[in-house]
Amino acid sequence: MKARTLGRHVRESFKSIRRNSWMTFASVSAVTVTLLLVGVFIVIMMNFNHLAKSIENDVEIKVVADPAADKVIIKELVEKVQSTDGVLEVVYSSRDAELDKMIKSFGDELSLYKQSNPLGDALYVKAKDPQQTAAIAKKIDTYDYTYDVVYGEEKVEKLFNVLNMSRNIGLVLILALLFTAMFLISNTIRITIVARRTEIEIMKLVGATNNFVRIPFVLEGMWLGIMGAIAPMLIISISYYKLFELLEPKLQGELFQLLNTAPFIYQLNGLILFMGISIGVWGSFMSVRKFLKV
Amino acid sequence: MIVMKNVYKKYPNGVVAANGINIEIDRGEFVYVVGPSGAGKSTFIKMMYREERPTSGEIIINGINLATLRNKRVPQLRRQIGVVFQDFKLLPKLNVYENVAFALEVIEAPPAEIRKKVNDVLALVGLTQKARMFPNELSGGEEQRVSIARSIVNVPKVVIADEPTGNLDPETSWDIMKIFEQINARGTTIVMATHNREIVNAIKHRVIAIEGGLITRDEYGGEYYEG
Ligand SMILES: Nc1ncnc2c1ncn2[C@@H]1O[C@H](COP(=O)(O)OP(=O)(O)O)[C@@H](O)[C@H]1O
Ligand SMILES: [Mg+2]
Repeated sequence: MKARTLGRHVRESFKSIRRNSWMTFASVSAVTVTLLLVGVFIVIMMNFNHLAKSIENDVEIKVVADPAADKVIIKELVEKVQSTDGVLEVVYSSRDAELDKMIKSFGDELSLYKQSNPLGDALYVKAKDPQQTAAIAKKIDTYDYTYDVVYGEEKVEKLFNVLNMSRNIGLVLILALLFTAMFLISNTIRITIVARRTEIEIMKLVGATNNFVRIPFVLEGMWLGIMGAIAPMLIISISYYKLFELLEPKLQGELFQLLNTAPFIYQLNGLILFMGISIGVWGSFMSVRKFLKV
Repeated sequence: MIVMKNVYKKYPNGVVAANGINIEIDRGEFVYVVGPSGAGKSTFIKMMYREERPTSGEIIINGINLATLRNKRVPQLRRQIGVVFQDFKLLPKLNVYENVAFALEVIEAPPAEIRKKVNDVLALVGLTQKARMFPNELSGGEEQRVSIARSIVNVPKVVIADEPTGNLDPETSWDIMKIFEQINARGTTIVMATHNREIVNAIKHRVIAIEGGLITRDEYGGEYYEG
């Protein structure tokens, strides 16, 4: 396309944005609200995901060995667990260390057990893939000299289920919102097209190509999308920075950590802008296609 | 130049507006298409510039076969055809010059060429003095002259007009006819659907009469009459 032609298309698209200021305002607001909701949703989902990852990574299997087992047997057990499929690492903790931990968390009354420690040695096992935790636990449970195998089964599985479900619901909601915004843009462009029907008719009559007719409208849709993306990008960026500043010190040492602002916010802004442009362009394509049939 | 073979057109509502039309129009001819309202004149004309597609049959314009012409190629066809309507179809927000230039701008002609061609054609239709006026400041005859100027500014081989004098008083109609005569004299083929008995009978050209979607008469230097 010639630069002159592109310039003309850009001027035309601005012209109709100005001319239909009311519809422009309506659809830009719609895109703004949509992208704001979508953006907030993504922020929550991404942080949720982040939390899920940390919890997933934190899930380990505790294998309590038979208290009657001697050192040689324990050594064999550690080796066997270590060579089990899907096991990332095994940390050995002696029965005395285990008792110390219990005394620490439950109090000195337990010190009297130091005379005859009833606990067995413990192995802390991490799976390469946290989702495999249950399967590995089951397998280890069949080995000899294992007294107990625990990993907070139900809790972990429920958490995974909730996370997966909310991810899916989130995606569906996002899609629905995007479609709504697209529909609104498409309506705005339709009004522009109807207002310029004679113009289009004449353009086609004298042999303008379909692209020539179409591009100003597609550009108009794109501007609407971009304008609609500005406020959400600013609002979400600023809020997230503030939130991060506020919460970060308080979350020191907690399992739950906010995602770092960089590169997350840049990526999110890019995504919001991209979504704005996409719904603008698609919205206009849809209405143009219907109206400009040759 | 223009050939139609067994052209049949049935609208989606079932109306048959062309019922087997065969016609051949040579380069440089001036043809009146006459017939009562609803006869199928406009359909005949619309099929030539691919506004409507025939249900069956063959239409060839300037060697372009409209039956096999891909939608993408329609602009190429239209650049070789000028179209004039009863209701002018001018853009109210553009002045006379801009309305004519518009036809060249949208086919991406170079600016220098646009200036030259628009000025030439405005001189031809006698509107050089009114180039900066807007359509609502013009008389009907002047508006039609603008629309004719627009249709010929790209030097088409054929000009198709659907009742171009239908909205004009008799005197103005004669002025418009003079312009069409001039265009025809330059070698441009003209196909004009009309209801105007006085004009058809006074300025003699080939007359094609259509009724019920059929050509009922085709005479060189014919008269206007119905039935
Ligand atoms: N777009 C259309 N859809 C359905 N019927 C149409 C359409 N255009 C024209 N017709 C019908 O086709 C017939 C011929 O119409 P037209 O070609 O406009 O005749 P004319 O121009 O001679 O008055 C008429 O009966 C008219 O009602
Ligand atoms: Mg008609």
